[in-house]
Amino acid sequence: MAANLPDARPDPDALLERVQREEVHSRRGRLKIFFGAAPGVGKSYAMLEAARKQKADGTDVIVGYVELHGRPETEALLQGMEVLPPQTLEHRGLTLIEFDLDAALKRHPRVVLVDELAHSNHPGARHPKRWMDIVELLEAGIDVYTTVNVQHIESLNDVVTQITGVTVRETVPDRVFDAADEVELVDLPPDDLLQRMREGKVYAPEKSRHALEAFFRKGNLIALRQLALRATAERVDAAMREYRDDHSIHETWAAGERVLVCVGPDPLSERLVRAARRLASALHADWHAIYVETPKLTRLPRAARDRVLEVLKLAESLGAETANLSGESVAQEALAFARQNNVSKMIVGKPTRSRWQDRFQPSLVDEIVRGSGHIDVYVISGEVGAPPAPAPPRLPTRSSHWRAYAWSAGVVAAITALCTVLYPNIERTNLVMLYLLGTVLAATRFGRGPSVLAAVLSVCLFDFLFVPPEYSFVISDTQYLITFAVMLATALIISHLAARGRRQASVARARERRAAEQYALSRELAQSRDIDGLGAILRRHLLAGIDGQAAVLLPDAEGRIQDPERFCARDGSEARYPVPGNDLGIAQWAYDHRRKAGHGTDTLASANAIFLPLNAQRNCIGVLALRPKDPHQLDVPEQMHLIESLVNQTAVAMERVRLTQTAHTADVQVESEKLRNVLLSSISHDFRTPLASIIGAASTLSGEHATALDPAQRHGLETTIIEEAQRLHRLVDNLLDLTRLTQGPVQLRRQWLTFEEIVGSVLRRLHDALAGRDVRVDLPPDLPLIHADEVLLEQLLFNLVENALKHAPGSDLNIRAEATLGSISVSVRDHGPGLPPGEESRVFDKFHRGDVEAAQSGFGLGLAICKVIVEAHGGRISAHNAADGGAEFLFTLPRDAEPPE
Amino acid sequence: MNPAPMQLLAIEDDPQIQRFLSAALDANGHTLEIAGTAADGLRLATLRQPDVIIVDLGLPDMSGLDVIARLREWFKRPILVLSARSQEADKIAALDAGADDYLTKPFGIGELLARLRVAQRHVAERDGATLQTRIDADALSIDLAAHRVQRDGVDLHLTPTEYQLLTVLAKHRGKVLTHRQLLREIWGAAHVESPHYLRIYMRALRHKIEIDPTRPRYLLTEVGVGYRFADDPAAKH
Repeated sequence: MAANLPDARPDPDALLERVQREEVHSRRGRLKIFFGAAPGVGKSYAMLEAARKQKADGTDVIVGYVELHGRPETEALLQGMEVLPPQTLEHRGLTLIEFDLDAALKRHPRVVLVDELAHSNHPGARHPKRWMDIVELLEAGIDVYTTVNVQHIESLNDVVTQITGVTVRETVPDRVFDAADEVELVDLPPDDLLQRMREGKVYAPEKSRHALEAFFRKGNLIALRQLALRATAERVDAAMREYRDDHSIHETWAAGERVLVCVGPDPLSERLVRAARRLASALHADWHAIYVETPKLTRLPRAARDRVLEVLKLAESLGAETANLSGESVAQEALAFARQNNVSKMIVGKPTRSRWQDRFQPSLVDEIVRGSGHIDVYVISGEVGAPPAPAPPRLPTRSSHWRAYAWSAGVVAAITALCTVLYPNIERTNLVMLYLLGTVLAATRFGRGPSVLAAVLSVCLFDFLFVPPEYSFVISDTQYLITFAVMLATALIISHLAARGRRQASVARARERRAAEQYALSRELAQSRDIDGLGAILRRHLLAGIDGQAAVLLPDAEGRIQDPERFCARDGSEARYPVPGNDLGIAQWAYDHRRKAGHGTDTLASANAIFLPLNAQRNCIGVLALRPKDPHQLDVPEQMHLIESLVNQTAVAMERVRLTQTAHTADVQVESEKLRNVLLSSISHDFRTPLASIIGAASTLSGEHATALDPAQRHGLETTIIEEAQRLHRLVDNLLDLTRLTQGPVQLRRQWLTFEEIVGSVLRRLHDALAGRDVRVDLPPDLPLIHADEVLLEQLLFNLVENALKHAPGSDLNIRAEATLGSISVSVRDHGPGLPPGEESRVFDKFHRGDVEAAQSGFGLGLAICKVIVEAHGGRISAHNAADGGAEFLFTLPRDAEPPE
Repeated sequence: MNPAPMQLLAIEDDPQIQRFLSAALDANGHTLEIAGTAADGLRLATLRQPDVIIVDLGLPDMSGLDVIARLREWFKRPILVLSARSQEADKIAALDAGADDYLTKPFGIGELLARLRVAQRHVAERDGATLQTRIDADALSIDLAAHRVQRDGVDLHLTPTEYQLLTVLAKHRGKVLTHRQLLREIWGAAHVESPHYLRIYMRALRHKIEIDPTRPRYLLTEVGVGYRFADDPAAKH
């Protein structure tokens, strides 16, 4: 029975995750690493052998890049393999050979061989590291065979250094190694390897001797071999666990472990990070590395700050999530972060301070341990002989300026003057109080140095002038020593408190600024309706914080990033910053991969601009290019985080706009569908009537009995044809106009126009229709020029006058214009029957006709066109009945620009 | 006035319009050759050396603008352009490319004949060796030698720019001049991008010349294209 079955089915969530992982895997290429303990164990050989086997099975295998080191056996294996020619790079006059990533991507084989995973690429290649090339190959769905030695694995790097005494600079992040689908250990016992070395099979003989002495000592090789075997064993272990998971073989371990490590500018931090990584991977836990920047630490020299950034980068490359916090106390901020993130274990460095320092101020470790609660705290010791962390230099506060000293001396001088006046009348104790007041003033206003100066001066002057014996520094009563000491201590304490207050305020201000910046951006973004506008807002906000140039690069329909017209600078000036083909390529890469590229990133870091993809939820909108004047501005993670969050906010806003546009297009489609239907039904009437007249008249004229017509009848029929054809012509014009104007945003060709001229043209065009009517035109002589599209404005007035002619037969017309400060309004009124009540706003609807049964035809498109034209100019149009009868149409155009001189 | 018969060439691909043109022009005493394609038209133009060529802007094998440019390499006589409405930019481009005037489809035969008459007159004036010293249009007379403008015998006081604007248009009486052409002629090539000059001076000029500036008789506006001095001011209004 079901109820009796042991609950051994896999957890659905875990299964889903597995399926998703496998899906990613099936799209990605597979990575196979040939892993060895030292150079010369035969990794390249093994890799080539495996490749030959694959090729023999009919797989499309090519050699992307193999380092031969002049080893003939290896070279022999290349026979019959397709070898990709390397790319050559010119760098400072040298010709360098490098794996050609683009050629490999283009060739797109099933499997590609790329030797030496840890290799650093030469300047000018796309990525600084070869493993990044390989990741891109995998993402493109190409399988990769590669080789690496144990000393290049990032997390083992320090252990290898301890064993061999040789620092290896080229490292591969653990996640790359961990993500390999297969790791094949190529093992060779140390004695055999040394034998090979001596036979010159690994390096050329003279190089061999040197290598033998430095690195290839037997002890080293044994230790490295042990490391390599252990690393492979750990992977096997992980694979086994995964298998057990898959098959619901339960095994419990503490769930949800999280490790947190606090780093600082001292050299110990790197060790802390590696230790944290080892602990985290042993626990299968997520881990965080944080740096808490206290006001004291903001004074660090750039080199020290750079070191912190390096450590954070290292942590990131080892798989940590990093954060840069700011606050008054390291311990408090770290603990708050730890609680927020459910951290179970914290790693901190052992303090290198003397015991008496601890007496006065608890060390970081003490504070953390005291406040840690249920969190386990691990304390890691520093290396013996490691240089102590450099003391942060004194912050050159604004108070240490000579002016502050002068002011504080001035305060003391003023008090002394006051004391001299008061002295005979008041007690000396009160004089001390006055001096103390001066010192407190100096301490709060001018900082520590000037306050100490004030204290010392006060003491000296008080002693010299007022303590008996007067006018000498000798004191008769030793009690005054207490006075002096208190005064000095007060000065120090107050200046310290004041400085701390100021620092706290500045930290708070910085936080507030960031929050305000984001808030201001989001508020502005909400107001903009188009992508370009959003781009401009983002540029402005970024350039407020960073001096440099910025542009938003958008792709065309095929997803090719377009060269931006202009780069915007901070002061609003626009410059043509030529994006060299290469930089545009970086932008394209950032867009395609939805990852940042350029300066300070993993991809083409040598560029002088950074390219951030505008990643929204569904797709990437474009790329932000930012070229700071001083590239160091981007190195602070906080700054980068702020930039990224601004960019992301904008991307979301851009996506919103795009979706709105799509929705609008859909609306337009519905609208035009409706239009088509109404049109079809209207055509039956409005087109057929004139056509019937034309065909009738023309067939009569050309028919059998045409000769029977008298000249007057003939002329009547001819006139019918012309008039009806002209009516058709107007219908077609109106239809075309409306289609053109409602198809998309109306393209205005604005010019400075005189309204008089527009009236003149309309009256001329309607000359025949206006015969026998009186048209009164009232234009003020000082009517300003109108900034509008000439053709459309004329069409607007034409339609209004024509409408009046049609609906107010025989009536006189008035055309009037007047200018106010902000607009120009024009009214066209007739003295006909006026609009039926309730029709005032509906007359501008498409296909609306005043009186449905009226003989006058005309689609009711004319007024709809008027509305589109007025609105395209940013104006308003309305209709109402005048007090003395007759309809009045009124439109108002804004005067949004001043006419040129 | 019965115009002298002309030798005409129409480059137009629509058979109905071809038929209408040939019937109407024949009836008015002109001879019309018709070419259905630009290639045919260019060939016939060299062969027949017509007095006026009528070019439709929408031809199947070549853009009308290119046809005008090719013709203007050697053809010095008038070219008339046929274009659809709402193609003001095309009209201006055609005029700037060397066409003399345009007609908007659909057009009546009367309009076409008027345009042909103007073209014919300008050829005659250009070929005639005598210099024109006086232009009379209805009540308006311009004495080019004396720099004097009169309406109904009363002197009108024009500024030099207004006078220049008036005479440039009047000398091309009946023919449209684009904004650019006028700006270049009067203010020089540097000011072709400042069309508001033209509007302001045109308003001032109309207030002096026209009886009712909102119903001009002499200085007509071709919306979106330019201005034209009325061919026959008495005909309308």
